[in-house]
Amino acid sequence: MTRILTPLEEHDVATHDGLWMSPADAEAVTGWTLKPEGMCRAELCVPLPSSAARADEVDVAAFWQKLGGPVVASEQRDVWALGAPADERNAALEGLEAPDFTLPDVDGVPRSLSQLRGKKVFLATWASW
Amino acid sequence: MVVAVAEESRGADQARPWIDQARSDYWQLIDTEHRLEDLYNLVNVPQAIWIDEQGRIVRPPETAGSTDHFRRMDLTTRTMSPEDQAERLAARQAYMEAVRAWVTTGKHALPADAARMNLAKVTPEIAEARARFRLGVWLRANGRAAEGDLQMAEASRLYPESWSLWRQAADLDEVGKAGGPEFWKRVQALGEKPYYPPPKL
Repeated sequence: MTRILTPLEEHDVATHDGLWMSPADAEAVTGWTLKPEGMCRAELCVPLPSSAARADEVDVAAFWQKLGGPVVASEQRDVWALGAPADERNAALEGLEAPDFTLPDVDGVPRSLSQLRGKKVFLATWASW
Repeated sequence: MVVAVAEESRGADQARPWIDQARSDYWQLIDTEHRLEDLYNLVNVPQAIWIDEQGRIVRPPETAGSTDHFRRMDLTTRTMSPEDQAERLAARQAYMEAVRAWVTTGKHALPADAARMNLAKVTPEIAEARARFRLGVWLRANGRAAEGDLQMAEASRLYPESWSLWRQAADLDEVGKAGGPEFWKRVQALGEKPYYPPPKL
């Protein structure tokens, strides 16, 4: 099994030759569905070259790079990270809607920014280091 | 509402002593993967984002109350001159006052165009640095420190302006290293450039 880290999740998936995997796994990992016209999400389809898709499997690394996202792997190529595309991050920030997130508090209780809608939020970072 | 987020790959236990001491009644969140830095394109701590009641960013990421006075500190005694300490405190208080004024009157909230202009652009190199950092944190957390360090070093090479990526990696290597001789060498290499760019209030 290959461990794949996406910006928000982790998946264990059967892969070969990099990130070739079944369409069902590709959908679980990326949120995009393999269709004859390419990888699709809602109304949007991204065409894939024939070198990146077959009837029963898809090269998620090639697809992710086509989206503009970084694809990196451990030396043993057993753990991969798919990063958010720069354009996606820029578009979200330029829209000025504060990107939502869920993080645990110090006692492990998950908290989401969206729970605070209706209040002004002073969102500040710090670190011990 | 204040939301404090610890960018802390060592996890909650590392952050807890500071959180206990703060005795805060606001959220104290733990961000082991520096997810917030990825979403908001942050480069250092402390940074803050001001978000209004509609969930809109009215001040993009900026230095939250820190200053560059520390760069002039006496490294043998680790102290700043009384003048620098006073200036640093005054800058922090001014920032706190600005936050209070925003909460009560809306002052200092930027119009959309100005807020957009103050956003730093995410580049493909930055996006890759974030992915490598995430991979590095995972490898380290799973007993593969040497491999994780390679990923983190590459992340810092790709995004040298991020102090958080470099300092967190240094801290994971060894507690204290994030503020050690190599850190000071990096700070000195900034020359005239700020470590904490002052907020434009």
